[in-house]
Order: sequence, then structure tokens, then C-alpha cells
Amino acid sequence: MTTTAPHPQPTKSLRDTRPARGPRGPLRVLPLTPAIVLLLLFLAGPIAYCVYIAFTDLQLTGQAQETFVGLDNFTRAFGDEAFLNAVWLTLVFTVLSSLIGQNTLGLALAALMQRASKPVRTLTGGIVVTAWVLPEVVAGFLLYAFFRREGTLNAILDWLHLPSQNWLFTLPILAVSFANVWRGTAFSMLVYSAALNEIPQEITEAAEVDGAGGWRRLWHITLPMIRRSIGTNLMLNTLQTLSVFGLIWVMTRGGPGGKSQTLPLFMYEQAFQNSLIGYGTAVALLLLLVGSLFSLVYLRLLRTEV
Amino acid sequence: MPVRPTAALTPLVALALAASALTACGGGSGSDPDTVKISFKQSTDNSIKVMDTYLADIKKQFEKAHPGKKVELVPIKAPDSEYYTKLQQMLRSPKTAPDLVYEDTFLINSDITSGYLKPLDPYLAKWPDWDKFIDTAKTAAKGEDGKTYGVPDGTDTRGLWFDKDIFKKAGLPADWQPKTWNDILTAARTIKRKAPDTIPLNIYTGKPVGEAATMQTFEMLLYGTNDGTTDPLYDKSGKKWIAGGQGFKDALSFVETVYKEKLGPDVSDALDPNVMTRVRGEWLPQGKLGIALDGSWLPQDWLPGSGHEWPEWSEELGLAAMPTQNGQAPGKVSMSGGWTWSIPAKAGNPDLAFEFITTMQTKANAQKWYVANSGIAVREDVAKDPAYATAQPGTEFFTDLVANTHYRPAYPAYPKVSVAIQEAMEGVTTGDTSVDEAASGYTDALKDATDNQVVER
Repeated sequence: MTTTAPHPQPTKSLRDTRPARGPRGPLRVLPLTPAIVLLLLFLAGPIAYCVYIAFTDLQLTGQAQETFVGLDNFTRAFGDEAFLNAVWLTLVFTVLSSLIGQNTLGLALAALMQRASKPVRTLTGGIVVTAWVLPEVVAGFLLYAFFRREGTLNAILDWLHLPSQNWLFTLPILAVSFANVWRGTAFSMLVYSAALNEIPQEITEAAEVDGAGGWRRLWHITLPMIRRSIGTNLMLNTLQTLSVFGLIWVMTRGGPGGKSQTLPLFMYEQAFQNSLIGYGTAVALLLLLVGSLFSLVYLRLLRTEV
Repeated sequence: MPVRPTAALTPLVALALAASALTACGGGSGSDPDTVKISFKQSTDNSIKVMDTYLADIKKQFEKAHPGKKVELVPIKAPDSEYYTKLQQMLRSPKTAPDLVYEDTFLINSDITSGYLKPLDPYLAKWPDWDKFIDTAKTAAKGEDGKTYGVPDGTDTRGLWFDKDIFKKAGLPADWQPKTWNDILTAARTIKRKAPDTIPLNIYTGKPVGEAATMQTFEMLLYGTNDGTTDPLYDKSGKKWIAGGQGFKDALSFVETVYKEKLGPDVSDALDPNVMTRVRGEWLPQGKLGIALDGSWLPQDWLPGSGHEWPEWSEELGLAAMPTQNGQAPGKVSMSGGWTWSIPAKAGNPDLAFEFITTMQTKANAQKWYVANSGIAVREDVAKDPAYATAQPGTEFFTDLVANTHYRPAYPAYPKVSVAIQEAMEGVTTGDTSVDEAASGYTDALKDATDNQVVER
């Protein structure tokens, strides 16, 4: 059984036969110059400055002049238990809330909504999207109210005669991961809804006629056909989750005792609370590295044929 | 096809735009010579407008006395730790530096070292009122170079607040004055037994409350462990920080005992960043807290117009000085800090800014401010004025503590040392680390924070 999606006609030959337009001189780049200048000024400039700072011992206060310290900030990070703890928590947070939570739940919701009646679909979609539209800090406060000791979750548990506890204190990383799932699932749901709608009806029907059950259809048809959407979604989700700050800051401030201190919070603490701008920036660069590693893996996934 | 003549214009326009955008943020006149820009810390509690009201009044006086000059108030609404950060970022550049800033003495030396502030000595030499300031307060804003970088607008002291109702229920005296740390723990244990639905004792701990944990709790304990004449944190003669020794461990043990025996709030509440607001807005006024180790400024939250008025507090709460560890001389401990008005090195109008300070610091205005923010006077003429001493209950008690108060070694490394103390406290509070582990962890962090300028005692 071959189930390849229809490909657009190759356009290579078309391009080759196009008549040459205008001189191919340096003037051709002229219209692009403004964009390039602006990019260099406002994007590349600050980034380059950040990279430079990461190699200095610049402090916010307590120092008259910064000095170039080479790789000191980076070696310091890898010898710093709090940094390694933050890397570990960032991975846990990303895998739990983005890879497993948002992604799977988003796909499940999208799949269920395909079959649901219109009112159910509108209602579910509305609720999920509301969580997404809320500003991060507001969502943080809502979930703080949900998880705190006198919060909604414990009220429900009490009512069910189940033991309650201060979730933000006992299981902080789980609580903030749940919060991120709650807030971010809508995005995956929208991506997957669009992807599922693209699957031609006849293919699914043909599989059904061939006697493929639900799971088989999911595994052999749906997933391979939305593979690219999965990759894109995972990449966007992961990058977004890696940089979550406000949500965790509002709910736990990285505590107690650093038990929910992910890399962005660790960076903030070093740079702005301990005034170590140089070290904080180095940590930010390392966070960038983690992000690009994830991206590389996803890009690989996107490329391989199933 | 020839390039349209207008196409060449596009990059030019863009360059011009970029350049103008750049100059707008790069050039600019910085400040208007007739406007004084004043940055101050605005309360994060919307109902508290003490500072805003006071400054608006001074602004009016100043503009009347200096025709043609304008005062622009630039409030920074943030919790303490974020206020410092924001301020330091503003002070870095002449484009953003205001003309006058409100500085916590906690960070002033650090900011002096960074070159953010202007020495005020030439101004102070010509200002007769400077002689009225008490000597300890004058040193609060002195840099290691011996120059003065700020004019203090009051100080604070710390002590024990206790709920007379709960004490009655527990059978404790209404004029309670503990002599040792043990007396405090005994009282707390009694409250726990006899008034089980209340929190016996609150002491701030851990990183979420920041400097409050270090100063209101830890240093109030630590400075009571020796003879009260030397600094247990910093060796001034050797210019070295002191490693976590016996006094340090004793202070940590006190914190550990409070949370291990459940004499304090639930650990998860104690480590909630909002616990300070709860202590003064909820637990104390609602009679839920037996003893609070806290600062002299608490009543400013209970003043009329504050949003949670509690004029009866002076009837319902008692005050006691914090005792030394074993009751050794001088018997009492207090810590003092406070804020100063400073002029940034990059200020555009330093002369006008100093004029504004002198307007704020006339005797009448200074007194008005001490009373309004429940501050402790740093001007002798005000401290002696009966109108000030009796303006509010508690003022006399906390002013008396000035005799036994200590100032923090507010050198540039102090903020990092403070965080290391909070981490040690948090460890013993949650029970994750033992006192010994926490103390040796502190010594390691101290070495790291101070470039190994550490001495064992």
C-alpha cells in the first residue's frame, strides 16, 4: 500500500527558463539593505554584545571595571551544583510538560475533536484556547491559587476524602510542569487539528475497508502523514518551554530550595539577584545551546523518511 | 531593466531612520536643566502611599521655593530585590540616571564601588544641618574611601512583637521581656501547647524573603552570640569575612529548632515569597501569631489610610527587645539599616538634587517623614522632640534600641554573603541539611563570593 501525499510539481525547470531580469550587479542587493542594516543593528548587535559579556566578569554592582576572563564563567557553571541541578530540572520540565504533556495531549484533543459534534468542539476549543491566550503571569497566579495549600486542588481532594498537601512545596517541578501543560496545550491542539484536517478522507476510508483498526490506522496512516507537523510542533513547543520564566517565577520562584529552579530562573538569579551579569549571560548562552541541541534532533526527525 | 531611481532611495531612507532611531536612544540631551528627576521605591501594595504623599508635598514646597524649576517623580514599583536591580541598570548610563535616588544602605557600598554615586562631601560641608545627624547614621552611607555618598532619611531597629491575647491564653505575662534565646523558645512551646490553633513564633527564613531572612532573623541572632563589641560576620581590621563558626551554628540551630519543633509557621508558608505581607496584613492583625521577630516599621501598614487600619495594635500587641543568646551583656540586640538619598555620578542636575535633599531634611519635614513611615529619627533635634517621641506608640521603644544596635558590614560582597546565609537557613528550615552541613556550605559559598577573603574564628 502506498500512501504518499500529493507533491507539488517541481519548479526547477520553470526557473531555468525564466528570462534574465535586469543587471546582476551589486545593485540587486540594494532593496535588501535596509532589512540587513536593521537586523545587524538590533538583532546581531545585542547578541554579539551578549556573547562578549559571557566572557567577562561584568557585575551589575560592586565593581568599577569588568575584565575579560575567558572561559571562566563556563568552567564555573559546570562545577556549580546549582547549575547542574538547573540543567536537570530544565530537562525534566521540558520532557514532562512539552514532549509528553502538551504534545501528546494536544494530539489526543485534536483527534477527539475530529469526531466530536460541533458544539462540543467549539466549547472544548474555546476553553483550551482561553488558557493559551491568558498572559503568562495571570496563568501563573491562577495555578498558584489552584495548587497552594488552601487552593482549589486541595479543596477538591478534601471533598473526596483524599489526603491533601502543599503541592508547590512537595512536588514543585510537577506542579509547574502541569501548569505549563495547562497553558500550552492549545497550541499543539491547533497545529494537530490543522494537520489532521489535511489527511484526505479517502485514504482513511480505504484503510478502514482493508480492515485496519483504530490503532493501526493511527500508527500506519495518521502519524506518518502528520510527521512534519509533529516535528514542527515539537520544536516550537520545546523552545517555548525551555524559556518559560514568568509561570515558574510566579508559582514558586524556583523554590523551595531550588527544587523548581530551571535554567531561566537560575540565570535570572545569578544575573540580577547576585548581580553576576557575566556569569548569567554565560548560562543564557548554555541555555541557547540546549535549545539548539533539541532543534537539531527534531530537524533530524523531520528529514528521515518513514 | 534599469533600477528605478526611487529604489536607491529606500536604503538611504532606512539608514536615516536607523540613524535617527539610534541617536534618539544614543544622544538626547539626557536631562532638562530645570527638571530634577527623582527615583524612589513605590510600595507594591497599592493601598500604601506613604512615600508618594510625602514626596508630593516636598515637591510642592520645592517648586514654590525655586520658581521655574520642576520636580519629576519617577516611582519604581517593585519588591526590594527587583528595585535594586532596576535602579542599578538605570544608574549605569547617563541617559537613564535620575538626579536623585533612594538607596538602601544594604547596597550602597556596592554601588559606590561601581562608581554609580557621587560623593556629597563638598555639599555637606556647606550644609549646617548635617551636624544634627547622629554619628552612626552618618557612617551608614560612607564609602571605603571615607567619603559620604548619601543622606540618611531615618533608620530602623528590630525587636519582638507579641500578641497579648494569645499570651493571656497561654498564661504568659503581658509585660514579657525574655532574657535569653531559651526564654523565647519556652514561650513559643507554651503557646503551642496552650493555644494550639495559633502560630507560636514567626522568624523569616530562606531565599524567598531575601534580605529579611538574613537581617531580621539571622543577624538578630548572630550578633547576640558574642560580647556585642566585635562584628561576628566581618573582621574589619583584617578586611576578611568570618567563616561559619560556633556562633553561626548556634544561630542556625535556633532556626532549625523553631521549624523542627513546629513552633513557627508551616515550612511551606515560611518559604512562600508572600509571607512578609501575611505577617503584617493577616497573622498579626487577626490574632493568629504569638510572637513575631520583626522591624520597627510594621505600624506604617496599620496607619489610617493604609488600607488595613489597625489603630488598636498598641493595645493588643506588646513589645520586647531581642535578648542576647545567654543573657550576656549588653543584654539586648538590634540591627539597623535604613535608606539614604544619593546623587548618581551620572546625574544631570546634581546641584538641584542636593537642594531637594535639603528641602526634605528640614527639621519639620524630616520629623513629618519619620512619623509617616514609622521610621526612627537620625537627627538629634528630632529625636529629642517630645512631639516625635509620642507621635506613635512604639517610637520610644524602638528609638531606645538604637543604643544597642548594629549595622551590617555592607561591603560590596555583602549581597552575595547574604544569599549564602539565606541558603544555609533554608537548608535547616526544610530539614534537608544539618546545622553542621549548612555552616560548612556557608563557608564554601563565602569563599566563592569574596574571592577567598575568609578567616576562621
